[in-house]
Amino acid sequence: MTDTVISPGAVEELGPTRTPEFEKRLAKRYRKERNFKRMGQGAIAFSVAVLVFLLGNMFINGIGGFQRAELAVPIDFAESGISGDEASLSSPNALQALEMQGIGDIVDFYAERELGAEGAEQISREAWRDVALALTEDPSLIRQSKTFYLPASSDLASGLAGEGSPEMQTLAKELSDAGKLAENWDAGFLARSDATSPQSAGIWGALKGSILTMIVTFVLAFPIGVLAALYLEEYAPKNRWTDLIEVSINNLAAVPSIIFGLLGLAVFLWLFPNLRSAPLIGGMTLALMTMPVIVISGRNAIKAVPPSIRDGALAVGASPVQVVFHHVLPLAMPGMLTGTIIGMARALGETAPLLLIGMRAFVATPPDGFTSPSTVLPMQIFLWSDEIDRGFVERTSAAIIVLLLFLLLMNGVAIYLRNKFEKSW
Amino acid sequence: MSPITLILIAIGLGLAGWLAGRAKAWSFQKADPEVRPVARPTYHAWYVAIWIVVPVLAFVAIWSFLAPQLVMQSVLASPAAAGLPEFGFEREAWLGEARAVASGNASAVFNSGAESLIEPFREAMSRYSLIGVIVTIFIGFAGGAFAFLRIRPDFRARTRVERTIMAVLLLASLVAILTTFGIFASLVFETVRFFGMVSPIDFFTGTFWGPDPMNAGEPDAAKYGAIPLFWGTLFIGAIIAMIVAIPLGLMSAIYLTQYANPRLRAWVKPALEILAGVPTVVYGYFAALTVAPAIRDAAVALGISGASTESALAAGVVMGVMIIPFVSSMADDSIAAVPSAMRDGSYAMGATKSETIKRVLFPAALPGIVAGVMLAISRAIGETMIVVMAASTAANLSANPLDRMTTVTVQIVKLLTGEQSTDHPTYLSAFALGFTLFLVTLVLNIIALRVVKRFREAYD
Repeated sequence: MTDTVISPGAVEELGPTRTPEFEKRLAKRYRKERNFKRMGQGAIAFSVAVLVFLLGNMFINGIGGFQRAELAVPIDFAESGISGDEASLSSPNALQALEMQGIGDIVDFYAERELGAEGAEQISREAWRDVALALTEDPSLIRQSKTFYLPASSDLASGLAGEGSPEMQTLAKELSDAGKLAENWDAGFLARSDATSPQSAGIWGALKGSILTMIVTFVLAFPIGVLAALYLEEYAPKNRWTDLIEVSINNLAAVPSIIFGLLGLAVFLWLFPNLRSAPLIGGMTLALMTMPVIVISGRNAIKAVPPSIRDGALAVGASPVQVVFHHVLPLAMPGMLTGTIIGMARALGETAPLLLIGMRAFVATPPDGFTSPSTVLPMQIFLWSDEIDRGFVERTSAAIIVLLLFLLLMNGVAIYLRNKFEKSW
Repeated sequence: MSPITLILIAIGLGLAGWLAGRAKAWSFQKADPEVRPVARPTYHAWYVAIWIVVPVLAFVAIWSFLAPQLVMQSVLASPAAAGLPEFGFEREAWLGEARAVASGNASAVFNSGAESLIEPFREAMSRYSLIGVIVTIFIGFAGGAFAFLRIRPDFRARTRVERTIMAVLLLASLVAILTTFGIFASLVFETVRFFGMVSPIDFFTGTFWGPDPMNAGEPDAAKYGAIPLFWGTLFIGAIIAMIVAIPLGLMSAIYLTQYANPRLRAWVKPALEILAGVPTVVYGYFAALTVAPAIRDAAVALGISGASTESALAAGVVMGVMIIPFVSSMADDSIAAVPSAMRDGSYAMGATKSETIKRVLFPAALPGIVAGVMLAISRAIGETMIVVMAASTAANLSANPLDRMTTVTVQIVKLLTGEQSTDHPTYLSAFALGFTLFLVTLVLNIIALRVVKRFREAYD
């Protein structure tokens, strides 16, 4: 036994422990401890504060983006002299016919009567389209009179918001006091497409483009990702080829997104030169970016399936393919779907690769197919952010709210799936 | 006929083949219960369906490339094509318009000269779409008949089907290699073309960046010095962003793993993850509209003249905020991987929590943290939207964070979004920049993954 026993005498030789120097050192150490802890709290507080500020800023700005300044203009179609019956107004050529009949001038006339010469100038140049559309949708209006809420010009809109030139501010005040000008909830924001004026811009075109692009991305990336994950995790022999596949997948997951844009530009646009800015090309580019994410999360989901399930199936005579497709895949599917949704959410918010393959065009009509020119929601945000016009700032924030809501929804679904199907074996 | 119609025909034929194959396989069993076929009827059905769908899809893929060219050839051979203008833009425009009208995508042609071409287009299109449908159906029937006739009770359909499935799985995983190869090939190809015009030495050592897309003449090698871009990228992504992200990310990870109670952790961790999930275009908008003017105002208030709204600082700070959750989760993982015996040993010696963290946990987790930081840098220098929106396009070799500065990704976007010839050195220089970026991030990632791997093994 070599244990040394410290005798009471030895302690006394060392002197008392709690000397004033010791107390001072201890206090210093505790102070350091507290400071360190405060630094940690500070870091968390800062990060959360930035998040709250970011979201709050977007939200407060964005609420205004869902509204627009509208001028109330009553139009009496019966006395306007515009001709047409229900059949002709519901025909496909009705819009042209109405334009030929000078509906623009009629709208201007009523606007002038209602708002005075100065106010009438402040109706957005495209306002007559709203009236014409309303007529084609409900042809019986042609015999009635109706009050239309037409978008005001951007100048007047900023006047109403208390900015812009003093003349506009006084005009806006006069009109709004008379109840003819107001900020109204703009339901059309979600239904219209891009326009040159913030008053008549909407995000439906970009939203539809995003949806089409995401469909292409999903249809390509999901099957390829799942199948590749199955192969690598269940069947791949350990050799140089599968190592190469594995290394490339891991690398692809970390390649900057703009590089995928260069790939899309050099390869896809070279193969299909006519499809510039089409959702098909955008979706293909994003699919290459999303696929590695799906493979990596898919492999983790497959790894989580216990070997006993495979052994059990093999024991009753299933072939390796049957084991995987009848037993492993259904059990790993929730995990794979979670990873897929997360990858899709990232693809939905991606802008840089699409910028390179030409999806930055001004597209005023929603795309009607996978091959027609279109834009996507993040791209619309980017394009609008270049417009310094006051109205576009709010519109951009509103579009950001829509984008963030979509992302939150997707992440919510992913979390729900993970919680619902999480199993402990 | 569009490829989608052909694919629908293929699927329809495949379904018919599937049903026919299954019915035939069942009939063996019904006819003679003594016979036990070696494969289940479903496998016979799949065998037939595969033999129909795969050749048809291969044909559709080839045909959708071939048919437009055949249509074009037959239109050019028609007498109406004699009136076409000579080669050039106008000729393309006429043909394009006539085709759009013939396929129903447009209602009328803009150039009246293209009018006479509509009819030949329409004729050729209907002729070749008919041929396409007939060949599709023929191939489908031929494949189906071949497979159908091979179905016998002793036919090993399952083995065949499973072999096909394995081939499909292998093909799916090859997509990753193909993509990597595609990235590499496209970047290398254009980069080599660029270095044929501008020497790599000028590119990598020059300090003036000012490509001129309008200048069609000889490329001026003195204008393609990329050093200011590399410096800007490094300064914004690896210096400013990391000064923000590393302390904040590390401290939040340490606080969350060592100090915070589980309830706080359960709330804060997902909140940080939201920070990581916000699209970069939103950060860019935030940086350009809120942070950059604030920084400019602050600089002006401090009496610094010449502060602009496009400072490197604004882009770097916002990028750092974006990276916080990334650094935090990497640090979280590597701190959690340190064996608790080491921590307990430190406590047993009487060390305070912060001393344990600083002297024991942090050094032990350092390799993992360093790897995380390298991945974060790689992400920051490849980040595009924040810098496109908040940094400037002016190449500037300066160490003042309030200066305008530009990055590699900003220049790639700027060079490729204008209208210009694909042979011009400004266009090609974007690929050279992309290639450099690709290589740098690749090296950073590989080193980081190596470090992580080695580090993980240390405590197993």
